[in-house]
Amino acid sequence: MMYLLDILLISLTAALINNFVLYYFVGICPFVGVSRKVEMAFGMGCAVTFVISIAALISWSITTMVLIPGAPVSSFIAGFFLPEQAAAQIDLTVLSYIVYIFAIASSVQFVEMYVRKYFPMLYGSFGVFLPLITTNCAILFACLTIMSHVTGVDNPADAWDLGKAIALAFFGGVGFTIAIVIMSGIREELELADIPEPFQGAAITLIIGGILAIAFMGFTGVDSGIRDALMPPVEKQVSTRISHQPDIFSNPAALASLDLSSHDPSIQVGLP
Amino acid sequence: MADSPTPFERFVQGILPENPVYRQLLGLCPTLAVTNGMKPALTMACSVGFVLLCANIVISLIRNLLKPHLRIVIFTLTIATFVTIADRFLAAYFFQMSKTLGPYIPLIIVNCIIICRCEVCASKQGVVTAASDAIGQALGFGLALASIAAVREILGTGMLFGIRVLPDAWPDWVIMVLPPGAFITLGLLLGFVNWMGILKARRSAND
Repeated sequence: MMYLLDILLISLTAALINNFVLYYFVGICPFVGVSRKVEMAFGMGCAVTFVISIAALISWSITTMVLIPGAPVSSFIAGFFLPEQAAAQIDLTVLSYIVYIFAIASSVQFVEMYVRKYFPMLYGSFGVFLPLITTNCAILFACLTIMSHVTGVDNPADAWDLGKAIALAFFGGVGFTIAIVIMSGIREELELADIPEPFQGAAITLIIGGILAIAFMGFTGVDSGIRDALMPPVEKQVSTRISHQPDIFSNPAALASLDLSSHDPSIQVGLP
Repeated sequence: MADSPTPFERFVQGILPENPVYRQLLGLCPTLAVTNGMKPALTMACSVGFVLLCANIVISLIRNLLKPHLRIVIFTLTIATFVTIADRFLAAYFFQMSKTLGPYIPLIIVNCIIICRCEVCASKQGVVTAASDAIGQALGFGLALASIAAVREILGTGMLFGIRVLPDAWPDWVIMVLPPGAFITLGLLLGFVNWMGILKARRSAND
């Protein structure tokens, strides 16, 4: 029950409250340069969601099985060279970024080959975007967020398992799709508007993105509201209160200047 | 103009005429994310400059060994190495800033500016040209970040570098330090830079 609540809150947060595009600014390049056609934007969103889920699966698996101290594979291999104690403490997390980007690039490659061969119709609708997604910030950002919740937690029992990792990645992709489809719909309408010459193209898209971001700010606090409604306050256990995990990805400098979170823990501005 | 620009020309081009943010619209992700204060903005600009310079030099040194279909992977792995170095350095010596910048330092790996410069310049030119191109682009990026950060920080908190600039009676436009402010500020500044470009083109067309 608590687990399902956690999954629900992670999904809601990733999709709407801390939307990848409108709050964390990842995946801006396709967002600004997105086609004016809603169908192509939707195809791009689907491709990103697909790749982000696969990348999250691979990066979570590699992180928990190879990179962190005490991981099964690394301590097994190190066990041939080092005594048991030292082998269990081999920490390979410094290689995380290189491993992730390599995993993302190769998984995109394999996914493209697989989809082209076995699902030609699907390939027709979003396959052409797949090579562009390798350098999309959103994929690497999802992997980094999962890494921070696996390696950056003080209590090993709070480390995210595969379900939470995939929930974050998939619904982050869903949120990206929502934002990009809304933006492409607005741009279709913009074709009929008379925009001043300096603002045509990227500038007006960014300003509209800002207004969209203001709209999405209305979702702030929905996660803590749901949590307080579904979890009776008496039963609050520290291990399932997501808001008490170390907030590594708090919005840069915003919290320092606003001083919101220090007084009222139910107002979450950062990723839980 | 010569067939391929000299190193000094590349250096100057990178600052304003081919500014990575305002003209090429690359690297918008860190531009929007870290510019709510001058300090994070300048730290990010220095990190990107370091990674760009090192990656350009390395790629330029191995440019004759690159196979065409593997080059993007090689670029990305080289950049990832230098980003890891930069990230560990920041975590060791500027820990508070490293926490503020959070995931945006590792996101330099997929920053389009660096991959684009490697592709366009470093994989085809010598070391000196690649290095000066990197420095020019990094300065241009820093200029763009600083301009946006200045606007956001002054309007949003009345301070610059933590020093009070506007009078105390100024009602802080808090939206400016939040995500929507980033979008709107960049959009307006981009429109302004485009307008300057249009005026300049019109003036030189009239002469």
